[in-house]
Amino acid sequence: MSTEDALNTKFPNAGLAFSQFRDNRRIVIAAESLQLLLAFMKHDLGFDMLAEITAIDYLEYEGATDRFGVVYVVLNTKTGERRIVKTFVNDPDPVLPSMYALWKSADWLEREVYDMFGIKFSGHPDLRRILTPEEFSAYPLRKDYPLKGRGERHNFPVITRADS
Amino acid sequence: MAMKDVPDNIFMTSLDAAASWARSNSLWPMPFATACCGIELMATASSRFDLARFGAEVMRFSPRQCDLMIVAGRVVMKMLPVLQRIWLQMPEPKWCISMGACACTGGVFDTYAVVQGVDRFIPVDLYVPGCPPRPEQLMAGIIALQDKIRHGGTLNGTEFAKRTQPMGPTPYDLDELIRIREANEQLVLLN
Repeated sequence: MSTEDALNTKFPNAGLAFSQFRDNRRIVIAAESLQLLLAFMKHDLGFDMLAEITAIDYLEYEGATDRFGVVYVVLNTKTGERRIVKTFVNDPDPVLPSMYALWKSADWLEREVYDMFGIKFSGHPDLRRILTPEEFSAYPLRKDYPLKGRGERHNFPVITRADS
Repeated sequence: MAMKDVPDNIFMTSLDAAASWARSNSLWPMPFATACCGIELMATASSRFDLARFGAEVMRFSPRQCDLMIVAGRVVMKMLPVLQRIWLQMPEPKWCISMGACACTGGVFDTYAVVQGVDRFIPVDLYVPGCPPRPEQLMAGIIALQDKIRHGGTLNGTEFAKRTQPMGPTPYDLDELIRIREANEQLVLLN
């Protein structure tokens, strides 16, 4: 039985949507069922590696109904199968369940998504910023954040030659 | 004592000139290499270009042993406090070369995270343009800096005390203010 069939049998009412682009096989699922689906994929279908978590900001995107898309790439290291699981969250409080309990690799990946998009992951053991400085307050990959920032790059003391 | 009485192996000079001459010919660079300019910096020190010919080959990775900081590559806002700290840790007298387009102006990386020129936040003596500059260009820069040290260096470094103004553009120059205003206008449109 293929992964898609197994998922359809297990979650008949979850509103799964499957699609394929070349060899990328994609599954779109509502955020409420995400944790169950990923746990099932890990424990029963053998997707034992979480390769990537990333997000997309669909602000002002043509035809988009949700603000953020969050993408999980899972890999079955025995068969080499890959699935791209996508879900959507919305303002004002974008929260998803943390996948840290399933895959430890979710630790830094979720921190990165939190840092760049401000999407929180409930149950994450240590949800801090990972790339930008601790005192940084914006989420730079959101579409409403200007490319050149809001002056953070100038917010440093100036050392002149006389006082150094 | 008349000049004719001076033996052959004695010469007269000012203390400032002697100290500057010695310093200019024994620059010890601190390679603050963060990007591809660092590769050119390494090439400059290696045998093909041989920075040792100008007395500046002793790359030290401890700021306490250096007197020339070469900022080679882009500096991001998370790195800038480190750069400033390393600069402050270097003993006097010290000089700074800003090497390459990114260190001088931010280069093509005009984004929220990249500092638009290290001269905004630390004093810079010499700019080497290029993306990245070739080793010859960096060597020309170092020779120019040696020249600068010889012509105007003092024994106790009083020439540094006069430089009380920041080197670079003010953090919010006109361009920057226009950009911030545009960003805010976009924000208003979006919300």
